[in-house]
Amino acid sequence: MAKLNVNGRTIDVAVEDDTPLLWVLREQIGLTGTKYGCGVAACGACTVHVDGVAVRSCATPVSAFTEAQKIVTIEGLAPAGTQHPLQKAWVELDVPQCGFCQSGMLMAAAALLAQTPKPTEDQIRAEITNICRCGTYNRVLAGIKRAAEGGPATSG
Amino acid sequence: MTTESTLSRRGLMATATAAAGAFTLGFHVPLTRSAVAQGAAPAIPPEVNAWVVIRPDDTVVIRIARSEMGQGTLTGLAQLVAEELECDWAKVTTEYPTPGQNLARRRVWGNFSTGGSRGIRESQDYVRKGGAAARMMLVQAAATAWNVPAAECSAANSVITHTPTGRTTTYGRVAEAAGRLTPPENVPLKDPRAWKIAGKSVARLDTVEKTNGSQVYGMDLTLPGMLNAAVRACPIFGGKVRSFDAAAVQGMPGVKRVVPVGDNAVAVVADTWWRAKKALDALPIVWDEGPNANASSEAVAAWLKEGLDAPEAVVGNRAGDARAAITGAAKRIEAVYAYPHQNHACMEVMNATALWTADRCEVWTPTQNGEAALAATAAASGLPATQCDVHKIHLGGGFGRRGAVHDWVTQVVLIAKQMPGTPIKMIWSREEDMLQGRFHPVTQCKLVGGLDAQGNLVGLTMRISGQSIVAGTFPQNIRDGRDPVVFQGLNASGGEADIGYTIPNLLIDHAMRNPSVPPGFWRGVNLNQNAIYLECFIDELAHAAGKDPLAFRRALMTNHPKHLAVLNAVAERIGWGTPAPAGRFRGLAQTHGFGSYVAACAEVSVSNDGKLSIHRIVAATDCGHAVNPQQIEAQIEGSFVYGLGAALHQEITVKGGRVEQENFDTYPSLMLAEMPAVESIIITSGGFWGGVGEPTIAVAAPAVMNAIFAATGKRVRSLPLKHADLRRA
Repeated sequence: MAKLNVNGRTIDVAVEDDTPLLWVLREQIGLTGTKYGCGVAACGACTVHVDGVAVRSCATPVSAFTEAQKIVTIEGLAPAGTQHPLQKAWVELDVPQCGFCQSGMLMAAAALLAQTPKPTEDQIRAEITNICRCGTYNRVLAGIKRAAEGGPATSG
Repeated sequence: MTTESTLSRRGLMATATAAAGAFTLGFHVPLTRSAVAQGAAPAIPPEVNAWVVIRPDDTVVIRIARSEMGQGTLTGLAQLVAEELECDWAKVTTEYPTPGQNLARRRVWGNFSTGGSRGIRESQDYVRKGGAAARMMLVQAAATAWNVPAAECSAANSVITHTPTGRTTTYGRVAEAAGRLTPPENVPLKDPRAWKIAGKSVARLDTVEKTNGSQVYGMDLTLPGMLNAAVRACPIFGGKVRSFDAAAVQGMPGVKRVVPVGDNAVAVVADTWWRAKKALDALPIVWDEGPNANASSEAVAAWLKEGLDAPEAVVGNRAGDARAAITGAAKRIEAVYAYPHQNHACMEVMNATALWTADRCEVWTPTQNGEAALAATAAASGLPATQCDVHKIHLGGGFGRRGAVHDWVTQVVLIAKQMPGTPIKMIWSREEDMLQGRFHPVTQCKLVGGLDAQGNLVGLTMRISGQSIVAGTFPQNIRDGRDPVVFQGLNASGGEADIGYTIPNLLIDHAMRNPSVPPGFWRGVNLNQNAIYLECFIDELAHAAGKDPLAFRRALMTNHPKHLAVLNAVAERIGWGTPAPAGRFRGLAQTHGFGSYVAACAEVSVSNDGKLSIHRIVAATDCGHAVNPQQIEAQIEGSFVYGLGAALHQEITVKGGRVEQENFDTYPSLMLAEMPAVESIIITSGGFWGGVGEPTIAVAAPAVMNAIFAATGKRVRSLPLKHADLRRA
């Protein structure tokens, strides 16, 4: 049994301690926006925020988290009915292709902007290490720049 | 990047988001058991024709037969229908008909196959006619209601106007009557020059859902009462399951069943996938490793090397007498290139959900070919296809893996069949996805060229040795030992993948060598390695002739104006012939594939310690007609990610009969840090329709490899480039 704070709600989940946070989010809580890509923290499709910091949830057991830690998923990146500046930029630039990596991409980008509101291109290139196989990188880059120009972005 | 958005429906989507807090746009995915039971065509409202449904509120539902996997075909095909329909683009939504419905309606939606960059180019004619016919029926229905000749009425933006009186009505009001009319026989189409929706950089129809986690992929599907399955097939190609000890894991949390899957795999079914996977990892399985247990990439390479000089080969393209011309040439140049196995590595691993009962089998899966998935479902279910159906779900990447072979669909049905009435969602682990791939074929190529005293190319032989995708997937299509797609980009003129050079004496042939690693159609297919072989060797010949690589090519291309036009476009844009920025060097490549002409010029630098940086690529595509330029640009950019990832990093090796790379840590992709700036030039010379999802991949590697030579004087002839020592000699 674990108690988690996810997108502002406190949730009890009955799982084995070694269950990765990713699968708790997807299978116990029903938040399927966070994706399974590799299971070894190599691709970033599973990225969520824990106290505002990007964390790859596929390789972190649920037992590593306490109720005091605020976990935010793509579904909670912006308050209901609103869009995070990155989500706006993503729509304006038609960033996603297949879209499967984009939840993680957006969460990684949001954590970057929360920490570094005006990143340089080199910083973006160094910090965004999520894999996109369709090849949206240049629009991801443009989307982060556009969101950064639009004012300070806040992490959900 | 194109930012044109005059026809954007972003405003609409944002409004829908804000108002409803949920996403009503997008695909209808029948999730309930009652929907499953219905199975047949959608209930109400009635369709105008197979392609167009118009609801009373004027919402336009356009049916899309091809699969959306990121390439934008959903939006592009909808644009083509909407263009002829003369509907309000802001009111357009889309849905997939099922392959079962297509079967029941005598394939009214044509081919579902989504590969070979064919989505738009092979369906553009009939989908446009579908839109035009629907428009004609809507206008006729209004004219009949008004008791006026249809010729006095016009349609625009979903509104029909009777011109003499100014009366108007909307599509939504006449759609039901229109659907009862006999479809017109003669359906003229617009000149593309008159397009208002097609040809424009409209926003994709499927973006918002992909930015907030609400897009449902196959992996995300949930059905009432569903259980989850993790599966493991014998990691050695051709091996089988000898035994497994179900009792060892039966008591683990959540485990429901441990079942065989065919003769080569085992699945654990549990309440959650994670628990199924954990039990599967703990399950003792004894494999019968079969005949390929000693297969290795080294042995394959040696076998292919032997094929480079083997006496027997199938000729793909021949002119004059190449061997004699080379023998008599002033200068002889020879090189051997090699291209490895590679995995598609879709971001979303293979997965499917199945519900089997004694009289019906339904599957939900991301697939590039719903009809092939239906055939696999029927075969595995033991039921006729008429009692089966497949519900297509947006793909988290396809790249060819989800098209020709539906091995994962077979598996899920075989599992579900052992648990009648219970929906089973099967998800492969990434490791399973890597080990059980259908891999980019492995080949080597020996090229020999002869130059005369003036440095003109008088003869060229090109021997490809290696794997045939067709032999491994559709062996019935091999005729007289010939694989019809192995010569992609090297064929004589007149097809969709022709060589762009006129060489007086030419011999291109193939010595087929099929190792145990199963091949698959991998985005770009055989054009990938063929363009590397030819375009890098042409560069070698130019260098040997002491000529500029652009000038050397141009001299061979006078009979190939469309190939030449894209090459000239990139050369002009990058400033070929003028100095590159300090420390940077340029390389060119061009080819023809999937109906389109493509070229690229790469600008790279190589540091003293051999580190490659790809700074800028200019790419040109002549695809005849451009349906959505900003999405073509996205495909061009994506092609460089896919092509450069393959060129720089990706290689599947086999040892002891099994793949050695099991995840992204040992099978790296291109990363944002490595991504060059890409400038796209889209040429629409008209008169043909070319694909855009794949051809540019083929010029990514050779343009960079030729630039590396310019930078270092080193010819890299074996992929991936990570093995090459690029330090200056």
